[in-house]
Amino acid sequence: MAVTAPLSKIKTAAPARPRPKPGANLAFWAFVAPSLIGLIVFTLVPIGWGFLLSLSHAQNTIHPGHYVGLRNYTDMLTDEAFLRSLVTMVLYSLFIVPLTWGMSLGLALLVDKAGWGKSFWRTVFFIPSAVSYVVASLIWRISLFNGLSFGFANHLLAPFGIHPIAWVGTVDPPWYWLVLVTVRLWLQVGFYMIIFIAGLQEIPKSLYEAAAVDGAAPGWQTLRYITLPQLRNTSFSVLMLNLIAAFQAFDEFYNILGGGGQSAGNASLARPPLVYLYSTALGDQDFGRGAAGAFILTALICAVTLIPGKLFGLGRADK
Amino acid sequence: MNLSISRRQFLKTATFAAGALLAGCGPKGAPGARVTLTQWYHQYGETGTQDAVLRYAREYTKQHPGIAVRVIWIPGDYSTKLGTALLTRNGPDVFESTLSEPMVTAGEVAPLDDLFTPEIRADFNPKDLEINSVGGRIYGVKMFDDTAALYYRKSLLEKAGVDPPRTMDALIAAVKKLNTDDRKGLFVGNDGGVGSLINIAPWSAGSDFLVDGHIVFDNPRTAAAYEKVLELNATGALLLGAPTDWYDPSALTQGLAAMQWTGLWAYPAIRKALGDDVGVLPWPALDAQGTPATFLGGWSSMVNAQSPNVDEAKKYVKWLWIERADLQKDWCLSYGFHVPARPSVARTADALRATVPQTAAHNMTVYGHALPPSWNSAMNTALTDAATHILKEGRPAAGELANAARKCEIVLRRMQE
Repeated sequence: MAVTAPLSKIKTAAPARPRPKPGANLAFWAFVAPSLIGLIVFTLVPIGWGFLLSLSHAQNTIHPGHYVGLRNYTDMLTDEAFLRSLVTMVLYSLFIVPLTWGMSLGLALLVDKAGWGKSFWRTVFFIPSAVSYVVASLIWRISLFNGLSFGFANHLLAPFGIHPIAWVGTVDPPWYWLVLVTVRLWLQVGFYMIIFIAGLQEIPKSLYEAAAVDGAAPGWQTLRYITLPQLRNTSFSVLMLNLIAAFQAFDEFYNILGGGGQSAGNASLARPPLVYLYSTALGDQDFGRGAAGAFILTALICAVTLIPGKLFGLGRADK
Repeated sequence: MNLSISRRQFLKTATFAAGALLAGCGPKGAPGARVTLTQWYHQYGETGTQDAVLRYAREYTKQHPGIAVRVIWIPGDYSTKLGTALLTRNGPDVFESTLSEPMVTAGEVAPLDDLFTPEIRADFNPKDLEINSVGGRIYGVKMFDDTAALYYRKSLLEKAGVDPPRTMDALIAAVKKLNTDDRKGLFVGNDGGVGSLINIAPWSAGSDFLVDGHIVFDNPRTAAAYEKVLELNATGALLLGAPTDWYDPSALTQGLAAMQWTGLWAYPAIRKALGDDVGVLPWPALDAQGTPATFLGGWSSMVNAQSPNVDEAKKYVKWLWIERADLQKDWCLSYGFHVPARPSVARTADALRATVPQTAAHNMTVYGHALPPSWNSAMNTALTDAATHILKEGRPAAGELANAARKCEIVLRRMQE
C-alpha cells in the first residue's frame, strides 16, 4: 500500500510575526471580557460558593457560615435514598448508553448508504433533537403511554386482545422503564447519528478501495475491519457524551414519573440523582446537603469519563 | 445628511439604553403609590380566581390611597419558587404558603400575633391556629379550609348492589364489584394512592406522624394501613395512568371510575357533570379500631419578615383575610369550593348547606387531620419512599418504616440546631 505524506505535514514558511498594533490589547480584552466575566460570575463563583455551602449547615439560606465540616458529605453518602439514586443512574446508563450507541451507529450507516434522499433522512432523524425534553415527556405520558384504552400504545395492542396497560403506574413488570427509555432514544439518537455520519465521512475512500483490491468482501468484513476501527474516536466521544447525559438525566424522570404537582409515589420508583438533589436543595431548602450531593455526583462523572480514557488510551490521536 | 454616528454618541446612546433596560428590572412601583406591596398566589385552577384576587387588590387601593398591591400569579411548582424567592431580598411582601418551622428559624416570616385579638382567635378552628404556630407565636392567617372526600356514583353502587363502604375491607369488596371492562372501580391517583393516601391511610388506622416533637409513625398500625392499600392495588380495580391526577375530578366526571378520592374544591365541576348522582364519604376506617379520616388543608397568608413594608403588609392581610368576610366568602364559594376558615363566616354561606358540601365539611371538622409545621418535605420524601416500597412494590413494611423514621429523626434533630 502506497503511503503519501498528508498535506498538513508539508511545511510552509512561517510568516513573520506582525508587530502588535497599538490598542490591540484593549480590543482583545473588549472581546474576551464579556465571556470571561460571564464565566467567572455564572460558573466559577457559583462553584466556589456551592463548595462553601456544601461545608455548611445551610437550611433555608444560601449564606455559608455555619460550617459543619464534611458532615453533609457523610450524610449524603449514608443516605439510602441518595445511594439508591446512584444505583438507578448506573443501571439506567448501562441500558441507555449501549442502546443509543448501537441505534445511532446503525442509523448513520443506513443513512450514509442511502442512494437518494440522504439529507432528507438525515433531517428526519435529527429533528427530534430539537424538541424539548419536557414537551416530549408530556406527550409520552399523556398521549402515547397513558393507561386508558384510548392511549396510543394501548390502542395498538387492543387488536391482539391485550387489556389496557397502565404504563407509568405498573411496577410488575416495570413498564415505566419502557416509557423512560423510548422517550430518550427518540430525542437523542438523531443527534448522535449526525456525529457518526461526520465520523464516517472522515474515513478516506482509499481505505475501502485498498481493501477491495486486497479482496475484502463489502459488508460485514469492511465494517468490522475498516469502518469500526476508524470510528474508534467518534465512538468514544459518543459513549462519553451519552454517559454524561445519562448521569445528568432529569427532565423525563421529573415529568413522566412525578414531581411538580403530580402524585408523588411514582417518583420514588426510579429517581436519578439530579431529581433527588433538586428536591433536597430546592424542595427541602437544604442547600448544604444539596451542594454536597452535587459535588459527589460531579466527582463520579469525572471519574467515569476520565478513567477509561487513561486506561485504554481512547480519545488520543491515532499514531 | 450625515447618518454615521460618532463613537461618543454611540456610547451615550448605548449607556442610556442599558440604563433604561436595567431600570425595568428593578421593583416596579405603581404610579402615585407611596407603598407597593407584592403578593404571590399559586395558580388556582378554577375560572375567575385570578380576576377575583386582582379585584380584591384594587379594592384595597381604593380604600387605602397610596398603597398599591401588585398580585403575582405563579404557575407550576409554587413552593419551590416561593422558597427560592424568600432567600433573596426581592421576595414577595405577602404570600400564601403552608408554614414550616425552618421558615421561622431562618427569619423568613413575620409574626402576626397582634392581628389576632381574643375574639378573632376564638373564631378560628384551633387546628388552623396550631398549624400556623411555632414556639407559641402565630405566623399565618388561614385563608380557607380544604378537604377531600371519597366521591361515589350512587346509581352505580345501587346497580352493583353495594353499600357506601365504611371500612377498608368493605371498600376493597366494593371496588371489585364496581370494576368493569370500561370503567375502573376507584381512582386515588396515578401512583395507586401513594401521594393522596400517604397520610390519610395511617390516620384512618389511628396512627399519626409527628406529635410533640417525636416521630411516631413507626408502628404496626401504619404498616397495616399501607399493606391494606397494597391489597387495594392488587385488586387491579384501581384506575392508573389517567391523563390527570387525583385532585382533578375528570376521572369521575368522564366515567373512567365509579369512585374517586378528590378535593371538595372539585365539587362544582362534579355537580355540573353528575348532578345529584354523587355522594361523599370520609376515607374508610382501616378496621374496627380505626376511624374514618380526611385532611384539613388549605392555604395561609403570610408576611415576609424581610419586607421593607412589614406593617403595611400586615394591615393588608388583616383587611383581606380577617376583616372582609364578604371577600372571603366570595373567594371560597364563587369559583371552586372551599370552606371559609372562620366558622362565623362559614355559617352564613348558603352554598355550604347542600348535602354533599355539608357532609364533607362536617367530616372535615370531625375527622380532619393536619401535619404540624415541624413536618417538612425531607420527612415527606422519606415517608413517600417507604410507602411506595410497601404499597406498590410489596416490600416488608416494618423495615421500610423503621428506615424512614430513622431518617426523619435525623432531619428533626438538624432542624433544631
